[in-house]
Amino acid sequence: MAGRLRIAAQAGAVAVVAALLGLLVWKVATSAKSNVKSALRAGKHPNAPDFRLSRLEGSTKVSLASLRGRAVVINFWASWCGPCKQEAPALEAAWRKHRRRGLVVLGVDYNDVRGYARRFVRKNHMTYPIAYDRGGKVLGRYGVSQVPETFFVTRKGKLLHDYFAGAINTADDRARFERNINRALSS
Amino acid sequence: MKGRVALSLSLLLALLLAGPTAASEQHPTLPELEGELICPTCKTTLDQSEAPVANQIRRFVRQRIAAGDTKSEIKTKLVGFYGPEVLAAPPKHGFDLLAWLLPFGGLAAGLVAASALAWRWSRSRGDPPPPGGRLALEPALERRLDEELRRFDG
Repeated sequence: MAGRLRIAAQAGAVAVVAALLGLLVWKVATSAKSNVKSALRAGKHPNAPDFRLSRLEGSTKVSLASLRGRAVVINFWASWCGPCKQEAPALEAAWRKHRRRGLVVLGVDYNDVRGYARRFVRKNHMTYPIAYDRGGKVLGRYGVSQVPETFFVTRKGKLLHDYFAGAINTADDRARFERNINRALSS
Repeated sequence: MKGRVALSLSLLLALLLAGPTAASEQHPTLPELEGELICPTCKTTLDQSEAPVANQIRRFVRQRIAAGDTKSEIKTKLVGFYGPEVLAAPPKHGFDLLAWLLPFGGLAAGLVAASALAWRWSRSRGDPPPPGGRLALEPALERRLDEELRRFDG
């Protein structure tokens, strides 16, 4: 009787360890899959992960899927981020210049006090749509670890290989930004 | 008598602790909240961080304290902006309640297991010796032992 109990306890312990290992493997596999940056670094053009977020202003929602057929610049930012302020004029200028050609600049504000973010938008004269990513859930799916970061989505919903990890600041950055926009609009 | 003294001491302790807790809930301070909030980008408590987002949270907390918010109200608002990860300790409701209960469950299970082992151990040691001072053997082993002893004697 005691022997059987011991075997059952050992089998239970092995089962618990196996379950925990399985959980670890599943977690590692799913997090690697959901992060598109590793695919971009490998030179692939993955589909831009879809998301549906509420807008910073008002109560309506904005989804990436609803913008299919247009090229999209997705810019992750926050009002506490200094470099985000520096690049805001370049994003606004691109929105004004290319929107008639089918470009949408979509700001995704994350980890931010809504009121402060709204003030930032007004202060920097940003007129393009801004989504609010509470808790940074979309940010994680794009593999963004710091703001600002900017991705380019083609009309077919694919991500361009080139993206900005940091602000669009210098003349070279701005030229590269413009090239990527034209590439997203034409593919 | 001893029971009454213990009860009185427990009540006194509860009263002593309840006062400051209620005061802290109604009139929180920034240093106190800094230890209970996590900087979302650096993953340390606010009092350990000088990151821009940590400064933003400090600014918000100061404003809310000045506006007369309670500690719970401030935390609820912050969770609304930064998600539940902004709290250093998980909330005491829903699934997160498990984080509070599991350690006690583990402690209780450990106590039960230790008690069961101690009981078994004390029983096995406390068994009275068999009559005649001889330990009881399994019949097959006893037969074999008798045969060996006969052969040895012979």
